[in-house]
Amino acid sequence: MSGPAVAAAGVWKYFGDYPALRDVRFELGEGECLALLGRNGAGKTTLLRILAGLSGASKGGVAIDGGDVRASATRARVGWLGHSIGLYDELSARENLRTFGALYGVKAATISEWLERVNLSHVADAPVREYSRGMRQRLAVARAFLHGPRLLLLDEPFTSLDDKAIALLQGLLAAARADGATIILSTHQIREAMELASLVALLDRGKLVHYGERTTEMLNDPGYLYRTYGSAA
Amino acid sequence: MTMLRHAAVIATKDLRSELRTKESINSTLSFSVVILLLFAFAFDPSPDMIAEFGGGLLWIVFVFAGALIVNRSFARELPNDCIDVLVSSPASGASLFLGKALASFVLLAGVECICLPAFGILYNVTWWRSLGGLIGVLALGTWSMACVGTFFSALTVNLRLRELMLPMLMYPILIPSLLSAMMLTNTLLTGQPIPSDFTVWLRLLIGFNIIFTTLSVYLAETVLVR
Repeated sequence: MSGPAVAAAGVWKYFGDYPALRDVRFELGEGECLALLGRNGAGKTTLLRILAGLSGASKGGVAIDGGDVRASATRARVGWLGHSIGLYDELSARENLRTFGALYGVKAATISEWLERVNLSHVADAPVREYSRGMRQRLAVARAFLHGPRLLLLDEPFTSLDDKAIALLQGLLAAARADGATIILSTHQIREAMELASLVALLDRGKLVHYGERTTEMLNDPGYLYRTYGSAA
Repeated sequence: MTMLRHAAVIATKDLRSELRTKESINSTLSFSVVILLLFAFAFDPSPDMIAEFGGGLLWIVFVFAGALIVNRSFARELPNDCIDVLVSSPASGASLFLGKALASFVLLAGVECICLPAFGILYNVTWWRSLGGLIGVLALGTWSMACVGTFFSALTVNLRLRELMLPMLMYPILIPSLLSAMMLTNTLLTGQPIPSDFTVWLRLLIGFNIIFTTLSVYLAETVLVR
């Protein structure tokens, strides 16, 4: 590793003339968990997409472990879970994981192990289109964790999960963090995010208005962060 | 080596998905056979006429059928935002492009394998007399369609009118390759080897493929990361 786990240096992103991100700067150390919060349209997904190498910054840049986010070696260390599940409906769970696993050089035994961990081994050979929403989301979680990523970028990971699945995901995230993985998750479910986070960032209309450690007030009062640092503050 | 391995993974996945859903293969096959049938009844062509426009007719069928196949190439990745997962994986843009182009090539070749015998029966053409040459020309022409079509499929995948935009962008670019493939196919359907003055068409077709494959591989990353 030759730099912070994640670094954003003056990132701007324009959609036409509209600045979706405005001079976003932060550095995140290895093993940290950052909760990226903000209202709808604040720029959370845009920032995560730039960090995942899915979109380029208009100005400024991002680096992962000091390297280019689009470098193949960097991407092999990143796990991405976006708004959608990123799975093929016509393929089975096993085929989906086998396809994505093959891109990361994951062994077949690891795939079976993950199907077991997300409680889908009994339906592993059925097409994903036949799955319930929660099952699909659990499979998406397995897909994102499959290759043992050192950086997890999660966009609304708790969406459409039931209580049991949320507990499963929180357990996986805690285990990944204990193993030294760095996590950035954007969410509207502040309570779940605060339980996991060591750092909190608040985006407001593309600007990073707060970046710092998660405090007890944030953990106990979900509205505290917006009241203190949001645009209405 | 890794790039080719990733390309093979993408191609296998695309072919498996297509075999499950038969989204493009069913429409492409029915469209191709109906066109061949309609032309056969409309013109009732003599062997001389076939020698003149047989190649053109075949490539009209292939190129319109091809648009249906390549249109699905990247559109297949839209449900559930699978494209994001592929682009964020260690697979490079070039390997994604090559994998998808390879899958489109195999599907197009499959359609051609069915259309060619149908063409032989409906138009009374003994097309297999120069089989080696014909396979070579079909492979080159098909790769040019798969390559250019896949590239523009990636470029237009997020457009609302992509079904309209793809042929508008793809067909004009394909003119040199289609012209070459058509001229060479015309000759080969008569059972004659490619005459020496026609090698220019063969060189054009090979050159077209080299240029557009290189360009597409080089630009794929830029097109996929917006």
